[in-house]
Amino acid sequence: MGAATQARPARPLLAIEGVSVELPTPRGALRAVAGVSLELAAGRTLGIVGESGSGKTMLSRAVARLLPRRAKLTGAVHFDGHNLAELDAEALRRLRGRSLAFVFQDPMTSLNPVLTIGAQIIETLREHLGLDRSAAVRRAIELLGQVGIPSPDQRLRQYPHQFSGGMRQRVAIAIALSCEPKLLIADEPTTALDVTVQAQILDLLAREQRRRGMAMILITHDLGVVAGRTDEVAVMYAGRVVERAPTHILFKAMRMPYTQALIAAIPKLDAPPHTPLKAISGLPPDLTRPSEGCAFAPRCPYASGRCRQSPPPLTGSGAQQFACWHPLEPAVATAP
Amino acid sequence: MRTSKAAIVGAADAAAELWAGFAKFGWLFWLALAWIGWIVLAAGLADLLPLPSPTDMDMLERRAPPSAAHWLGTDRLGRDMLARLIHGGRISLTVAILAPLIGLLIGGALGILAGYFRGLLETVVVGGVDVLLAFPPLVLALAITAYLGQTVANLTYIIGILSIPAFTRVARAATLSLAKREFILAARAMGATELRILLRELLPNVILPLMAFFLLAVAVTIVVEGALSFLGLGVPPPAPSWGGMIGEGRESLETAPRIAFLPALFMFLTVLSFNVVGDTLRVLTDPRQAAL
Repeated sequence: MGAATQARPARPLLAIEGVSVELPTPRGALRAVAGVSLELAAGRTLGIVGESGSGKTMLSRAVARLLPRRAKLTGAVHFDGHNLAELDAEALRRLRGRSLAFVFQDPMTSLNPVLTIGAQIIETLREHLGLDRSAAVRRAIELLGQVGIPSPDQRLRQYPHQFSGGMRQRVAIAIALSCEPKLLIADEPTTALDVTVQAQILDLLAREQRRRGMAMILITHDLGVVAGRTDEVAVMYAGRVVERAPTHILFKAMRMPYTQALIAAIPKLDAPPHTPLKAISGLPPDLTRPSEGCAFAPRCPYASGRCRQSPPPLTGSGAQQFACWHPLEPAVATAP
Repeated sequence: MRTSKAAIVGAADAAAELWAGFAKFGWLFWLALAWIGWIVLAAGLADLLPLPSPTDMDMLERRAPPSAAHWLGTDRLGRDMLARLIHGGRISLTVAILAPLIGLLIGGALGILAGYFRGLLETVVVGGVDVLLAFPPLVLALAITAYLGQTVANLTYIIGILSIPAFTRVARAATLSLAKREFILAARAMGATELRILLRELLPNVILPLMAFFLLAVAVTIVVEGALSFLGLGVPPPAPSWGGMIGEGRESLETAPRIAFLPALFMFLTVLSFNVVGDTLRVLTDPRQAAL
């Protein structure tokens, strides 16, 4: 396996190819993810941005096949030499945690309330790395120290309810990092936290990522979170990637009107009082009733007849790709 | 020096914590626990206690009032009431604890599996539980005792089987809400096996409501066992059980109501105590669950 990666160094750590996820609902199949393809090289950070229900969480779960039981997954997920979409359950289980780890949105519920923090970390270490008890305890203390938990040896014996939200998320990160994964998927890791804690957690994730050289997918609805913390951003809408670009290009020269609307919707701190927020009018589309054309057309100020008839393919040159019939001119987009 | 000081502070802390714990439960809880403690201890050590035989009849001392020889008097066949109450408690408590234990083990396991795996298993388990609930319990008790005989073991099995549905429902309901929590997903994401998720993540959480329910089930079982014994479906005479004693005492209600009321009082206090303890523990485990 090591030889294979050396022979083809260009091969990315994670390659998502044409992944779709369908969820059965009483109103018919819901296409949460519709043919998404993305790549991520080792040690890089990819931001996935989108509104609630845009399929970003389902896409991240699809990577490790952590979908609801009745969900249907199609496409291929190549990760570190395996196709996770077809790997047998036992082999997949051994990859989870060890090579591929998750941090979830709500630290209030992502830790088991009746087990001590120590038990939760130590069991993971012993299970995956085969450490004996005392080695696992030492490693757990070290990990908690690395994620910034004071007096980790005492905190080890405490239960989750004795920790604050930010501290719990740090513990969740310590558990995720415990086996030195090659890829960390952080699904809205700061959404449930205080604003003051958010930056600390994001900085912690960025620091540990650099130090360990792992790849990271940062999922968020907040463009402010991905700015400056990711190498590349994929914007999702209605289960599709509608624009994908290196972060600095996306913020300066976005081509897709949806991205522009998302960036415009960020409240400005220096705006004069009573400035109306530029909300995106309308609602995200009903994914059980896919539209014929571009899913954003009903809310798009530039939409034409063509937009409502056929969906635009993801096109573009080089690193930047977008799915739009009437892409913004980079010069126009940079105008205030 | 520093360590001894720390130890003293630690001991003081522990004592304060103990007292805080004591005060938190309230005096009713401790009274109830004390009654359960003494009745379990007395029933367990019944053979070692200096008590008269519970089955020896003294025809000259029938329905005798309390005296130095018979602290709580005698029943209509001249048997010592206190001895019979304690020996009867032994049978009543054995059934009352073992029968819900059957329900706890089988019902709890079925409920957790059904609530976690859902699908066909859940349909079958819920259906089976509904069938068991719809079956008239008295007819089942009659049928089993008629074919297999009236023994303490059979009585335990009957009540145990009848308690399975309730435990299944409690375990399934708790599992359903827990399985949606992110920590189960997090465990799966960290590569936990299904067995590990069931035993390490779910079980310690589900066991809290199950244990609280178990104590309430013990209380209910004492009453059910009493009712079955009263109807003559329980432990066969001359072995005493509280329900059987109430049944026998019924014939002397006019002359010596004490004979029926004493076992009834014992049963009442024991049932009440189990209910109080069970309720206190349930309240204690509930808010924490809701808060997390």
